[in-house]
Amino acid sequence: MTTEQLKTKRDKAVSSDTRQKSGLTREQLLNAYRQMRLIREFEDRVNAECLTGAIPGFTHLYSGQEAVAVGACEQMTDADYIISTHRGHGHCIAKGCDVIGMMKELHARRDGLNGGKGGSMHIADIAKGMLGANGIVGAGSPIALGAAIACKLRGEGKVAASFVGDGASNQGTVFEAMNMAVVLKAPKMFIFENNGYSEHTGASYGIGCDDVVKRIEGFGIPVFEADGFDFFSMYEAVGKAMEISRKGGGPTAIYATTIRYFGHFVGDPQNYRAKGEVEMYRNEYCCLQNFRKRMKETGELDMASLDAIDQEIGALIERAVQEARTAPRPLPEDLMKNVYDNY
Amino acid sequence: MTKKTMREAINEALHQEMARDPSVIVIGEDVSGGAGGSSGQRDAAGGVFGLTKGLLPKFGENRVIDTPISESAIIGAANGAALAGLRPVAEIMFSDFIGVCFDQILNQAAKFRYMFNGANAPLVVRMTVGAGRSAAAQHSQTVHSLLTAIPGIKVVMPSNAYDAKGLLLQAIRDNDPVMFIEHKMLYNDACEVPDGDYTIPFGEGVLLREGEHATVVATGQMVKLAAGVVDKLAAEGIRCDLIDPRTTSPLDTELILESVRETGRLVVVDESTPRCGLAADIAALAAREAFFSLRAPVQMVTPPHTPVPFAPELEREYLPDAARVERAIRSVLAH
Repeated sequence: MTTEQLKTKRDKAVSSDTRQKSGLTREQLLNAYRQMRLIREFEDRVNAECLTGAIPGFTHLYSGQEAVAVGACEQMTDADYIISTHRGHGHCIAKGCDVIGMMKELHARRDGLNGGKGGSMHIADIAKGMLGANGIVGAGSPIALGAAIACKLRGEGKVAASFVGDGASNQGTVFEAMNMAVVLKAPKMFIFENNGYSEHTGASYGIGCDDVVKRIEGFGIPVFEADGFDFFSMYEAVGKAMEISRKGGGPTAIYATTIRYFGHFVGDPQNYRAKGEVEMYRNEYCCLQNFRKRMKETGELDMASLDAIDQEIGALIERAVQEARTAPRPLPEDLMKNVYDNY
Repeated sequence: MTKKTMREAINEALHQEMARDPSVIVIGEDVSGGAGGSSGQRDAAGGVFGLTKGLLPKFGENRVIDTPISESAIIGAANGAALAGLRPVAEIMFSDFIGVCFDQILNQAAKFRYMFNGANAPLVVRMTVGAGRSAAAQHSQTVHSLLTAIPGIKVVMPSNAYDAKGLLLQAIRDNDPVMFIEHKMLYNDACEVPDGDYTIPFGEGVLLREGEHATVVATGQMVKLAAGVVDKLAAEGIRCDLIDPRTTSPLDTELILESVRETGRLVVVDESTPRCGLAADIAALAAREAFFSLRAPVQMVTPPHTPVPFAPELEREYLPDAARVERAIRSVLAH
């Protein structure tokens, strides 16, 4: 994905005039910024903790994509469901998972969100409607379809969404789920999140057709395009899609283009990326800067309140790391906890 | 109490549990059937073997869900619906098709409780197994050993209509993923089945015949076969314990070991292939836990380590038969 292609997508994206007031309340705006900043800070710190060896295992970071998760989840309540990907921390935070519990989980601690038995790729909080990050690319869409079937049966206007990376968008499971969602008229949202790379391979190589949006539309699913660097574009696109699904109009899709600031995993040397690419995206395509810029232009929020959030989040993440470091490690007997058959 | 076939018993269990619990849904290919057909008739199939007949007219399309042929989406949807608080009963028709949706069983359903700090995932996956109808290599396999090897799912394998109903009601009420394995050659077998509600707990096998000379453990269709041989030998004064574990995960190891410690002789009759299979697993259990009670090498009566053949005479050759079971029992008695 080149910069030019990303710009084209931005032109097509759902977006109100960025010079206009957003129409959101002060509280909503502060919350949106807080959530995005929380993800950015969390991931930057997780990167550092992985590099020191404090966090074991495989970790995939979401930095750069924050507007996608937050723009989507700010349209939802705990009674709506999402399922995430192997790059799941951002979706978990956006859906309301406790960041201290998450940090403890990444540090493999006993009182982590999953009891230290899930780790980065499996963070889940069912009560928050967060059906898990998932280590299997493309596995989430059929599962979210099941949650959507439950929503439909209950008839309360709730929705289930799966986040689908550009890599997962080529998996047969996603195609199966798209078709079945249409057949069953399920309130299921597919949030395609093209971050430019499927592991170490460019999305433009792995996606064989010229137009992903048309491919999704071919299933009979309406697609709303969004600028994945712009909270408001995502929020508005998801809002339009939600309106259809909540009223029984069946599945919908979002197609958002974005980029990840880090490699596929922490420690990825990223030889597949041109020199300067990441720096360019960090400087020119930053959802936090975009958000601030609009707030400044419209005068909806003063910069001091956003600075205060930055401070508050910095302190929260520091506390999370300190608590995670000193939290108790799992005990040997935890190995056999939540096992059905002690053979 | 009336005589019912296993087909009728399973169908009755589904009807009763769907009526009792509004969170139970049924999902799969042709579970109703007829959608989009030119006759306009719904409930045209009720499942390819008729197990889900009559559910759609009674419980409606939101709870009896006909799907496209998309096994990954079916089992994935059952997983998601279960996490979201429903009790889905998914059908993947022939157990061979788990190859298509194995990720949703191996990496998803089986992992939720352990990985997600105790999350409930109360789903049931019904599937038919077994050779005997010349359905060839991709519609005849018996996959319980494969599934039993996966920690995190329960595996249930009824050998008769009574057990089928009680185990299915238990499976639907269980808070964990249950693989419910139905042998296609048993669907028409009938026995006394109560009309009302009853459950059979998992991990409790049943001692079908009692005898001091040898222990015979059999599963699924093999129970009927083994019972015939055990009864025949009883007429000669050779008396065997015959155990049907009913569930292979959890497995009633105590019942098996108690018997083996008394008889000192063990024959396992199982329709899955011999390598890393249930028969080998039970043989290893006896070797590990009852070694000094054993008076003869354990005998495994299983198909050979081959795919299931199509030709009827080859399929007969493939399946364990009464002669092989009898030889195996006589061979342990020879020591």
